[in-house]
Parts: sequence; C-alpha cells; structure tokens
Amino acid sequence: MMPSPPPRNRPSTVYEPNRGEPQILMCPPDFYGIEYEINPWMSRHKQADHGLAVLQWNSLRSTLHDAGAQTLLLKPVEGLPDLVFTANAAMIYRNHAVLSRFRHAERQGEEAYNEAWLKSAGFTIHQIVEGVYFEGAGDALFCGDTLFAGYRIRSDVHGHQQIGAMFACRVIPLELVDPYYYHLDTCFCPLAPGVAIYFPGAFDEYGRRALKEAVDELIEVDADEARRFACNAVVVGRTVVTNTGCPKLHDALGKRGFTCRETPLDEFVKAGGSAKCLTLRLDGEEAAGWKHTS
Amino acid sequence: MNAPHASEKQTPVEFVEDVEIAGHIIDSLILPKVLDQITAAGGTFRVKKIAIGQARSDPSFALVEVTATSSQRLEEILAQISDHGAVPTAQQDCRLVAADMDGAFPEGFYSSTNQRTEVRIAGRWVEVSNQEMDCGVAVDTAASEARCVPMSDVTAGALFVVGHGGVRVLPHQRSSEREGFEFMSSGVSTEKPKGVAIRQIANELFKNRREGGRSLLVGGPAIVHTGSDEHLCRLVRGGYVDLLFAGNALATHDIEQALFGTSLGVHLERGDITEAGHEHHLRAINRIRRAGGIRRAVADGVLTSGIMYECVQHDVDFLLAGSIRDDGPLPEVVTDALEAQRQMREKIAGVSFCLMIATTLHSIAVGNLLPAWVKVVCVDINPSTVIKLSDRGSFQTVGLVTDVEPFLRSLALELDALECGQ
Repeated sequence: MMPSPPPRNRPSTVYEPNRGEPQILMCPPDFYGIEYEINPWMSRHKQADHGLAVLQWNSLRSTLHDAGAQTLLLKPVEGLPDLVFTANAAMIYRNHAVLSRFRHAERQGEEAYNEAWLKSAGFTIHQIVEGVYFEGAGDALFCGDTLFAGYRIRSDVHGHQQIGAMFACRVIPLELVDPYYYHLDTCFCPLAPGVAIYFPGAFDEYGRRALKEAVDELIEVDADEARRFACNAVVVGRTVVTNTGCPKLHDALGKRGFTCRETPLDEFVKAGGSAKCLTLRLDGEEAAGWKHTS
Repeated sequence: MNAPHASEKQTPVEFVEDVEIAGHIIDSLILPKVLDQITAAGGTFRVKKIAIGQARSDPSFALVEVTATSSQRLEEILAQISDHGAVPTAQQDCRLVAADMDGAFPEGFYSSTNQRTEVRIAGRWVEVSNQEMDCGVAVDTAASEARCVPMSDVTAGALFVVGHGGVRVLPHQRSSEREGFEFMSSGVSTEKPKGVAIRQIANELFKNRREGGRSLLVGGPAIVHTGSDEHLCRLVRGGYVDLLFAGNALATHDIEQALFGTSLGVHLERGDITEAGHEHHLRAINRIRRAGGIRRAVADGVLTSGIMYECVQHDVDFLLAGSIRDDGPLPEVVTDALEAQRQMREKIAGVSFCLMIATTLHSIAVGNLLPAWVKVVCVDINPSTVIKLSDRGSFQTVGLVTDVEPFLRSLALELDALECGQ
C-alpha cells in the first residue's frame, strides 16, 4: 500500500522555509478586543463581538488554506489584543526579519513575543536603530525589487533608509496623509511584481506621482471600497482575499486574471485591520522580486 | 545651529543649518517635497552637494543649506522637514559602509574637501587626519580615528563615511589670518605692484624658517631657462627650502646648465644657441644615469653646482615625478604617477608654506594634496595657472602673475635684507 501523503495545510507551529507552499503566520483572536484607541477606527464604545470575531478569523484562515497556503500560529497573549495583527510583527526579507518597534506603548508588549517566535522559526533578527519607530509589513511592502514604505503616522522615514542599506534595495518612502490609512498596507497592496492596488486619497501628490512612476500597473480603489479595507488584501498565488464589500475591485482584478475571494472581517475592521493585517507572509509576498531569485 | 551671520552687504541677519537627505530621494520625490516645504514655510535653501546613486538600489545624498530669518522659523522648518528624513548633519554620527572592493569607494561616499574636517563617531567629534580634497574618509571605529584616503588606496573591508551626516567642515577663519597674508585677499591680477607682495612672501618664508616650519618648493624648468637657478640656489643655501617637488625637466636642465652651461642648448651666459646644444640635455641625463643618480653624481664629483647639487649638499629632500614626454629620465624620477602621488603625500606632512613656481602640472597636483591651511604662493607668467590654483577653494593661496626671474631675484634680495636686519 502506498503511504498516504502528508495532510495538506496541517496545523503547524514549525516554519519550513523550503516547504514550497505559501506560509502565513496568524495569531488566534483568543484575547482580541477593543481595549484602547490608537487609530480613528477604534472606539471602546464599539466593542468587537468576540464570538463573531473568532468565526471571521477561522473563516479567513480556511479561505487561505483553500487558496493553497499553510498557516502557522503565534500563541495569543492576554492583554495584547492586537497581537492578532501579525502583519505588524516584522518585515520579512528572505530569512531575515526586521522586528517592529511600535510607536504606541499599547502595542510595544508584542515585540518580545514576535521576536521569540521569529527566532525559534530560524529567522535572523534585525532591530531598527534606537529611537526610530517601524511597524513591520504593515508599513513595508515589496513590489518587484522595490520596497515601498509608509511613514509619518506609525513608522519613521529614518528606519526605512536603514532597511534599504541593510538589504541593498531601492526604498520608496510614501507619506501617509489620512489617519484612517495609518499603515501602508491599509491603502496599498502589491499583487505581483509591477502590479499593485492603491487608494490615492491616502497619499499626497508626491506619493501618488512616485507610485505611478515606480509601479507599472497601478489599480485604483475607490473611497467606498478603501473604507472596506479593499487594499488590505492577502495575495496567495493569483488569489486575492479581502473583506466583503469590495465588488468593484474584485471585478477589476478578475479581468486581469486574478481570482478574488471575500470573507467577512467587520469585527477586525473595528480595530482598524482586515485580511492583510491578520497575516504575515513568511516565505515572501507574491509581489516581492527577491522571492523569484536566489 | 550656526550663529547668525550678516553678509558684507548688510542684508538681514540669517539663521542657517545644513541638513542631509539620504535614500532614494529622487524616485520617491522626497527631495522636491522637502525643498518645497522649506520654501512654503518661508525659508530658503541651497543644495550644496548632491550625489545621485548610479544603480537602482544605490541611495542618493543631498546636502542642503536651510536659511530662515529667525531662529524660531528655522526651528519650525527643521522640525517639519525632519519628518521626511532631512536631518541636520551635526546631530548624527557619520554613517559608515565597508568598501566592497579594492580601489573604489562604496557608492555615496563622502568626498572630502581640503578644509579642516571632523566626523562624529559614537557621539564624539574626531578630526580627520591627512586632510586632502577629493578623497574618501576612512574610519577606524575601535581607535576612534578618521583619515583621508585616496581612491587608489582603498582596501576592501575598510569603513568609509557615506553621505554628509555626522560630518562637519570647519572653514579656515579669515580674520585670524589677516596679519601675514592680507594681500592675498585680492584676486589674481597682472596689474598689481609686485614689490609689496614679494616683500610679504619673503617675510612669510623668513618667519616660517624661524618658527621651524617646513617649506616646499614646487618648480618648473623655466626657473633654469630664465637664468633664475642661482637665486633659487641662494634660497636653498639659506635654509628656506626644506623640500623640492619637480619633474624630470627642472633637474635635467639644471644639470645641463651645471655640466654644459646651457639650458635646452641655449647658452645662459651669452644667450646664444650653442652648436649641437640641443643634445646637451640628453648628454646630461646620460651622464647622471651612468653615475647612478643625482646623489651619486654629487658624491663622485660629477655634479658640482646647480639647484640639484645644492639640494643634495644641504640635505633638502626632493621628489622628481615623471611624465609621458620625459627624456631619460633621470634615475631618481618616479615614473609611476600613483607612486609619485603616494610619496608626495608622505613628504608633505608638516609642510606649512609652499612656493609654486612656473609649473602648471606639478602645482595643481600639489595644490590638490595640500590641506587648505597651508599657505601657498603660486608664481607663473601664465595667469591661467595662477587662477586654477586660486580656485582650489582656499584663500590661503596667493597668485602672482609675473616672470620667474625678477620674482626670484627680488625674493632673494628681500631675504638678504631680512637676514641683515636680524
């Protein structure tokens, strides 16, 4: 009898860089809730429905599994409700992880847990220089060989320069001008090298011009769908997973050969996050140029 | 912040600060954004230096001088542009990148000036040694030392300063130097009384010798062609020259004159052309080569007069740098240009006064090597040589457009007068 193949998408806490499948770090929302207010989406008077949040998180996870990704889990910690947003743990470049240094004291407690997990997973850990804030993949996204880096609201522009020097890559800092889009991953999402979606209203004229120059195919998201976190998408292969309520974007991407999936994430939108914020791609985003080179 | 300064035209008092903007500041439009913000906030700017990265991944660096009419306005502008990565150069450590290959700096390297420079290492300002223009600044972090290194001497792995952050240039204070070299503040002119200038140069040379300074003479063959060699010999004998830099030509014609009484075949006493005199310089070179060099020729009694003879006799160190058109050359001539540069760098340590006479190539080469605080006098019949030297960014360089012979004759006489009055 032939041995049965290992079950696909089996739960795992072990990161296997050469597994070949997309691997995503998530953190179960056991202790998720709106306990403080550090962005305009958050209000302690509009508390998340915990049960519904757990359902939505599980639904996102199985959507990602269906798309072909494997998920790994970071152990939730009581008192750190935003640990669920693993995109902000670090920025990943090959086997290097540049740890986040959070601007708000409320999230700084997450740093030690992120570091411990990434270290145990075998990543080489890098710290941003003292006194500079940096919020990981939330503000640093590769599209092709360029790192696009959001600054002003959460991350500092100085940290991005350090990363550029560290990995000898081009860094385009983009000032975020709308507090509702406080992380770059809330208003910009690379889909493939040279292809990205963005919400123009989150950037100033300099940023919009720089993006148009640097990204070959830049697809606009309108204000209504941007508010539904359309840009906070998870890309697995050619599948793009977003919150519900983004039909125009799904239509536009469908015409370009992407498969779009929606899954309700409203309980997380209450904290200012959606699909992308809840994930950290460990083996490199689909759009990262370095992923396709040795 | 720099102290406010008013320009000579009595314009309003201005407050100035240098900031550096580094990274992919062109592609990201961060540079135009910062410049726009300075203007919009009521300040003005001047881009002092910009180094654009060549490869896509190379960062660019811009050094921008920000000026405002009040200290408060300047502070506001600096705070605003700091959010976009524009950092006052004085508020950070210098940034270091290891050279990835021999013989070339890392991209974005800080290119030095000839002015006194300091770099900030671990919060402490350290003076850069071997100050020279157009070099990189290598830093030894363990020893907390910095020095200028020319491109050809870069070794892989050495740490070099990139960008302008943590680098400050301390321009020479003009006012403190008024006494001796005041006449130099006026530009190069062919129509100025030379007497006063030559007297002051003599005073400087005299003072330099008295105070134990080191003087360097850079000379061209016109010193010999014009019959000024004896004046220069007097300077050497008087102890006014500690070091001589020249090419094959000066030494050759000096020796030709010593051996045959001609320079390029022209009889210096009579002014007429000697028969077969054009061969004299070759015969002179040949004789010195047969003797095994200038020093040996002096020791063996083959060479008994002239500038090179006096140098050997008075222990004046010399360096002869070769060029592509040289005959011979004389055995002492260093024909590898980089090696010649290296030896010149070694020898100029401690030089406090430099006299450059009638040579464009050697004058500019030495001018490039000397730090700005070394007093330099450049004498040439050709104004363009003098202007080129004056343009090297130091008001410590004074130029005289004049024939070499009357200059050296007057200089020797002035020095004699000073000796008598001593």
